[in-house]
Amino acid sequence: MKSGKFGAWLAVFVGVAYFLAPLVATFEFSLRMRRGEYSFDAYRVVFASDSFQASFLYSTVLAVVTIVVAILIVVPTAYWVQLRLPRLRGIVEFTTLLPLVIPAIVLVFGYIKLYGSSSVLPLTATTLGSDALLMFGYVGLGLPYMYRSVETALRAIDVRTLTEAAESQGAGILTILFRVILPNIRSGILSGAFLTFAIVIGEFTFASLLDRPAFGPYLQLIGASRAYEPSALAIMAFALTWACMGLILLLGGGAPNSTGKR
Amino acid sequence: MTAVSATPARSVRLPNLAPWLGVAPFFLFAMMFLIVPTASLLVGAFQDHDGAFTFDNVLRLWQPSIRLSYLLSVEVSLASAFFGALIGLALALAVLRGGLPEWLRPTLMTFSGVASNFAGVPLAFAFMATLGRIGFVTILLKSVGVDIYAAGFNLFTFTGLTLTYLSFQIPLMVLVVTPAIDGVKREWGEAAEILGASRFQYWRMIVLPILWPSIMGASLLLFANAFGAIATAYALTGSFLNIVPILLYAQIRGDVLHDPNLGYALALGMLTITGLSNLAYLYLRARSDRWLK
Amino acid sequence: MSFLTLTGIQKTYGANAVVRDFDLSVERGELVTFLGPSGCGKTTTLRMIAGFETPTEGSILIDGHDVTNLRANRRKIGMVFQAYALFPNMTVAQNIGFGLKVAGRPAAEIKARVGEMLAMIKLPQLAERYPYQLSRGQQQRVSLARALAPSPQILLLDEPLSALDARIRVSLREEIRALQRNLGITTIFVTHDQEEALSMSDRVVVMNEGAIEQVGTPSEIYNAPRTRFVASFVGTLNLLDGTIVDASAGAVDIDGQRATTRRKLNGAKPGDVLALALRPEALRLGAGGDDRNTLAGVIEDVAFLGAVVRVRVRLARAAIIVDTFNRGAGALPARGESVAVNFGADDLIPLQPN
Repeated sequence: MKSGKFGAWLAVFVGVAYFLAPLVATFEFSLRMRRGEYSFDAYRVVFASDSFQASFLYSTVLAVVTIVVAILIVVPTAYWVQLRLPRLRGIVEFTTLLPLVIPAIVLVFGYIKLYGSSSVLPLTATTLGSDALLMFGYVGLGLPYMYRSVETALRAIDVRTLTEAAESQGAGILTILFRVILPNIRSGILSGAFLTFAIVIGEFTFASLLDRPAFGPYLQLIGASRAYEPSALAIMAFALTWACMGLILLLGGGAPNSTGKR
Repeated sequence: MTAVSATPARSVRLPNLAPWLGVAPFFLFAMMFLIVPTASLLVGAFQDHDGAFTFDNVLRLWQPSIRLSYLLSVEVSLASAFFGALIGLALALAVLRGGLPEWLRPTLMTFSGVASNFAGVPLAFAFMATLGRIGFVTILLKSVGVDIYAAGFNLFTFTGLTLTYLSFQIPLMVLVVTPAIDGVKREWGEAAEILGASRFQYWRMIVLPILWPSIMGASLLLFANAFGAIATAYALTGSFLNIVPILLYAQIRGDVLHDPNLGYALALGMLTITGLSNLAYLYLRARSDRWLK
Repeated sequence: MSFLTLTGIQKTYGANAVVRDFDLSVERGELVTFLGPSGCGKTTTLRMIAGFETPTEGSILIDGHDVTNLRANRRKIGMVFQAYALFPNMTVAQNIGFGLKVAGRPAAEIKARVGEMLAMIKLPQLAERYPYQLSRGQQQRVSLARALAPSPQILLLDEPLSALDARIRVSLREEIRALQRNLGITTIFVTHDQEEALSMSDRVVVMNEGAIEQVGTPSEIYNAPRTRFVASFVGTLNLLDGTIVDASAGAVDIDGQRATTRRKLNGAKPGDVLALALRPEALRLGAGGDDRNTLAGVIEDVAFLGAVVRVRVRLARAAIIVDTFNRGAGALPARGESVAVNFGADDLIPLQPN
């Protein structure tokens, strides 16, 4: 059907244009720093800046800690639910959907109220407390994806047999989890990890309201005060997101949908 | 007659407590960092300064400035959800069912996965570079005689924000609606054809009705998604567009409402709207799954 | 006068000929089955009749009209698919009435016709149900009713019973056959199940690798297979190599033993090796009379299959399978016993080389 195909190609064309245009525009804009000619000055300035390095480092470290904590929370849970507590599956899955329903700003508002300086557990009063709060918030934001990745990976392996085999060799539960199960669901964990990383790096709402020097607030500050550097940063952020997604795909995770830091 | 083996198989039963201990961290985390914070907000929404129960805060959400804020949020969310759904659906249908080359499908899925994740501050920057006063597309259009800014367009307005939101709404729609489109069996098309239906009749009487719950559900998801979004808006339009998340942000930062409990009520309102939208989405998805099984 | 005529039908995908040299004439009211293994081209041919595929070469005539390039929705053909074909968003009644609805028939007419169809498949109580509430067997019956409601000139069935349980398959195929006879509608049935093909059809078209191997009545296909493929695909079969001794007398040598066939040994010369087919049920245990062939061998295996006892007898090199009826709890033949098997001269079927 010729007319149908034309319409289809038109739709694809519009879609491609819509997404390519901002990319091209941003890239072109980021090259305009030096008057009269194209150059990578904007990128150089950004990379050399202390605040860039500091905030990027902060966010990266935070992301790593978030990922580790998320793994420690998610893997045993998914394991036990599958092996022994199938009745909990519904409530666990519902819980992992909560971060998708509760807007980030509402959640961080809750943190500030509950753990603010005048509350029972004044985490926001100290830097370390705030960092911890931020980290836990990020664990929450990444929870749906981490859980789904790990759970899918667990279902692909025969958890019961592996456990019984390890048990019969005399392995204790910690050994089973970390030396037997974990290596076998590596791809699922890594998928969840990369997605969490992508979420944490660019996140703005939590970091800004908890007043931590993360990459997101740094980006926003640059945007408010500089002209060309923001575009360079946007391109870098895009490249980073692509890299994370690419790695996830490589691990066979497929392209997930998302929320995050809008 | 076989001999009984000397050592019976070690069937070490893990202690019954272990599973519960294993899932405890998860539930502790969920309580401390998901449920209780949110619940405390909800409780606070119904309290006054002294902690007594009151509906006052919720009622005061109706005041003009806040009401306007909600209205604006609804408008932006509705607009970006409507167009996002429309364009996303068209794109998904084109690639999945439009008779186009096979490789377009994985490309679209991958790209949608990335694009739906690319939001917040970098997205705002990207659109500023595209449609800002000296943006790429603005200049391009000017060179062919179309001056959008002279015509009244401004990126830092409702229209600009909606256009920016579409960047992640469209891919999200593609991702959410694809499984439903995949569920439309080819046999239905052939059966309809052999029974004498034209392509139009097939779409009108079979495909659209079958996809309708999924399309509606996905649109609701998009609506909730836009409603809760803040980073993009903050970076793009700042406090110019006083949508609810921006208002809430200002309230958290600097108590602009001069009343913390009103802020909680604001959060309650947001949560109600996103909660109901998501519930409706889940219900519609369950219904459509039943047909498409 | 043929109602459905396929002439010189070819279907090629790139360099791959999926259907070649397909010629067939189907009389009005006939039920013809396309029988063959997966990939033999039977479904592709059916789909060309339906109009979902266009033949690379050749023509299709229905009632004298050339429909080769006519779109599927204009051919007035009814089709039943293997599975999933009912529209899930419509009730059974709406599904059945769909063909009439898109043709713009008045509501009253549609209602009456739907009622007729429901009565015909004996499921009037399911009118307001949705497909997901029906069993697979019920779904296929509704599918049939939906295909027949617009009074099509031809009915096509693409392996409609393959996805069903064995028991339902048997009852449903009888129902389909009865319906088809009553309505007198020209029907093409595609299946890989030879029992279905043999029990239902007026004629069977056996296909293999895109080409027709043989067309004939079920009895012809079974008792007079023309090629090795047909003989082995339909029913169980013994395939023996025989060396020609005397072509005119029909004498052959099987593993050092003499046998005679009354069938034609077209132009074979002494010393030629020929493939010979022998149906297990044609063989009997024990020595036969002078007018029958007798071969001597040793019993290698005995399988009790219920109504049939299947005995495998080893000759010098070849083994043949003998099916005898179970005569009750008498002694079964024992393994290792020496035994003679006998069969008629007509039962030894020489096959054309493929």
